[in-house]
Amino acid sequence: MNLLEISKLTLRIGAFEALKGIDLSVRTGEIRALVGESGSGKSMTALSIMKLLPGGARTGGQINFGGKDLLTASEAEMCRLRGNEIGMVFQEPMTALNPVKTIGEQVAEGIRLHTGATRAIAEEQTRAILDRVGLPGAKFPLGRYPHELSGGQRQRVVIAIACALKPRLLIADEPTTALDVVLQAQILDLLQSLVDEERMGLLLISHDLAVVAGMAHSITVLRHGEVMDTGETTQILSEQTHPYTRQLAQASMHVPERTAHHLTLATPDGPLLAIRNLTRTYPGRRKGLFGRDPDFRAVDDVTFDIKPGQSTALVGRSGCGKSTLARMVLALDRPTDGQIHFAGRRIDKLTPDDLRPVRRNMQVVFQDPYGSFNPRHKAERLIAEPLYLLDRELSDGERRDRVHRALERVGIPRADKDKYPHEFSGGQRQRLAIARAIITEPKLIVADEPVSALDVSIRAQILDLFADLNDRLGIAYLFITHDLAVARAITDTVMVMSEGKIVERGKTEEILRQPLSEAGRALVRASPDLHKALARRITEQG
Amino acid sequence: MLNYVSKRILIGILTLLAASIVVFIVLDVVPGDPARLMLGMNATEEAVRALQQQMGLDQPLLVRYASWIGGLLVGDFGKSYTYSVPVLNLITERIAVSLPLALISLFLSTVIAIPVGLFSASRRGTMADSGTMAIAQVGVAIPNFWFALLLVYVFAVSLRLVPAGGFPGWNAGVWAGFKSLILPSIALGLPQAAILARVTRSALLDVLGEDYIRTARAKGLTRRKVLYRHALRNALIPVLTILGLQFAFLLAGTIIIENVFYLPGLGRLVFQAITQRDLIVVQGVVMLLVAAVIVVNLLVDLSYALVDPRLRGRS
Repeated sequence: MNLLEISKLTLRIGAFEALKGIDLSVRTGEIRALVGESGSGKSMTALSIMKLLPGGARTGGQINFGGKDLLTASEAEMCRLRGNEIGMVFQEPMTALNPVKTIGEQVAEGIRLHTGATRAIAEEQTRAILDRVGLPGAKFPLGRYPHELSGGQRQRVVIAIACALKPRLLIADEPTTALDVVLQAQILDLLQSLVDEERMGLLLISHDLAVVAGMAHSITVLRHGEVMDTGETTQILSEQTHPYTRQLAQASMHVPERTAHHLTLATPDGPLLAIRNLTRTYPGRRKGLFGRDPDFRAVDDVTFDIKPGQSTALVGRSGCGKSTLARMVLALDRPTDGQIHFAGRRIDKLTPDDLRPVRRNMQVVFQDPYGSFNPRHKAERLIAEPLYLLDRELSDGERRDRVHRALERVGIPRADKDKYPHEFSGGQRQRLAIARAIITEPKLIVADEPVSALDVSIRAQILDLFADLNDRLGIAYLFITHDLAVARAITDTVMVMSEGKIVERGKTEEILRQPLSEAGRALVRASPDLHKALARRITEQG
Repeated sequence: MLNYVSKRILIGILTLLAASIVVFIVLDVVPGDPARLMLGMNATEEAVRALQQQMGLDQPLLVRYASWIGGLLVGDFGKSYTYSVPVLNLITERIAVSLPLALISLFLSTVIAIPVGLFSASRRGTMADSGTMAIAQVGVAIPNFWFALLLVYVFAVSLRLVPAGGFPGWNAGVWAGFKSLILPSIALGLPQAAILARVTRSALLDVLGEDYIRTARAKGLTRRKVLYRHALRNALIPVLTILGLQFAFLLAGTIIIENVFYLPGLGRLVFQAITQRDLIVVQGVVMLLVAAVIVVNLLVDLSYALVDPRLRGRS
């Protein structure tokens, strides 16, 4: 019998039908991937199992766990199951832990609650599980607070909480989406080994087929609250009989078509952006009255060029200094040492007024398309914002023309200029962000993880848009990303950054095929790749 | 941490210094000559000038300021113009009433507000929640002197449980003194409790939307346990901030209530001193209150660090 058997699960929240009759099962020891784009109902399915749905949610159907229908179980029964028989890991490790309690307290709490163990015994068990998830006692005593840990380490604590009592079912809701690829691989490995050791069932939720292809036994694909496709992983992914599964698979490997046009645009005039020995240090932590830790070199003696029309990726793990570098290029932060030249002019010492013409030619696109817009302004005003950087003030007509042209170039209907940010979808908002970036017709766009918050199909469209703008307008890009698929898709050259230094650089395809630096190899090894994962699975199965 | 505290104490001293200058100048420029006021409208110019000289009011501003500050440093607050006793004696006498009053009110405010806030937050959107918050709204809105009169009418006049006003002094016994502070404390504390309850509720509701609350629920904790073990401590920072402000208010902003209950507190002392241009008393009390506010704020800030480990070890 299946450990978890969901049949005809429906969920309504107000008038919204979040789930429309889902069937799903997880066997003991099985890893079942639940894949779908945002709004497909993946998280709602997980929260239905836990019965932690938001107020006003109404469920129907059956969720059978170990012979009991959870939908009719009492709250007291659910409290006995949660954390004991069913553990759950969440997406956002930075906020998933209580900031005012130590990690030891937070892990031990569940143990004491369910087993009634004494404090000493619970602490012993806590120590054991923290050791198991890769947080050894020497470096991670129980008295550590969450803010003293990195994102990956916090996610290990969350996993320790979920697995402390060896639950029969573990639910992991996008457990690695907020982490860089190397951490992602480590966390997935950890989940895999825990499941193998304890013969747990694992419901692994993800928006990306490539992430789950390597480890899931079976896959269920969800869309708009309905199951599109379900079955054994290798079969589902190799045959791709269902059109939506095919679409997801293709989107996750999408490489936009790029002409060689951008290279012919490159003039022999010299680089558009020239970075020389750029360094940024932060003072070390204060130790007592006079002592200080040594300065932290976030960016350490970095030198590179970007030619006009060239698309360059800056890849590296989180914390390697790539965002600090981007902030200095954008003149949002001042270098401690070194020089930045843009279009032949040194810019790292300019006053805000003198920077205006520079900013006009250098725009930015951020990761979170929602957070970067003022929610009270209409699209037209948001997009027109950078126009103040122009030398002369535009007439209303000219301004409108510019807005229309920018909207057209990013594929948004003109009429939408009167909408507010919340009326756009995530992908459309990122298009707006790009429209805002190109309205001054810049020569360089710095894009900081511009597609990592987007669904795979939207991501493919936005990558197409970036490629298209590069082809048509000859805009050069500096792409900051930890995602090699993005680098592979639309950049000519790639630089690998590690601990503030650029450790490797060259043509994108060459570096990604055969990285020479340790950091580059780690990134390539950890990057989810649908083809490779599938090939490995097929050989494993013979 | 030690570094932080010593820095804060230094800032506190500078604040006190700035406050002393402002207080001194403001009281110097307000119209009304203490000497003339003491002697009455019919006094001769010579008599007034003689008194001014005797009180040192004819000295230049800077000299008067220096001698006042010099006195403060050694605990000499000067001598009241009207009562002819040391200001310090007047103040300590009145603090013996005002401080217990403020502390009892603050205690009432806290022990009522936090449970009410927890109650309301745990029943968000229910009739119980809206009912409680409606009462709290009324509590915020009604003037405390009106509420005080109501209390006097019910508990002193009709039920005769406590005195309607006056203060027998602590010499008459702790219980007698305490009894006469009960009604004023309630009149002061309940409206503060209403404010604090609303703050507690909204702080709790903010926290209850956090991801770590969901993590705690996924551990198997009941709603109630999550509220007490995880939400409450995280919600305490705004609550502590309001408590600090309330204490400062309760210490001196109680003139009306002191008048309603005929209590010889600091509020009434300042009020009388202002009307009689007993400037040296006003200066002394204001300095004391500024010092009290600085100390309370420091305590509140230190308590933040107790509540939230992220604030520890910052310099």
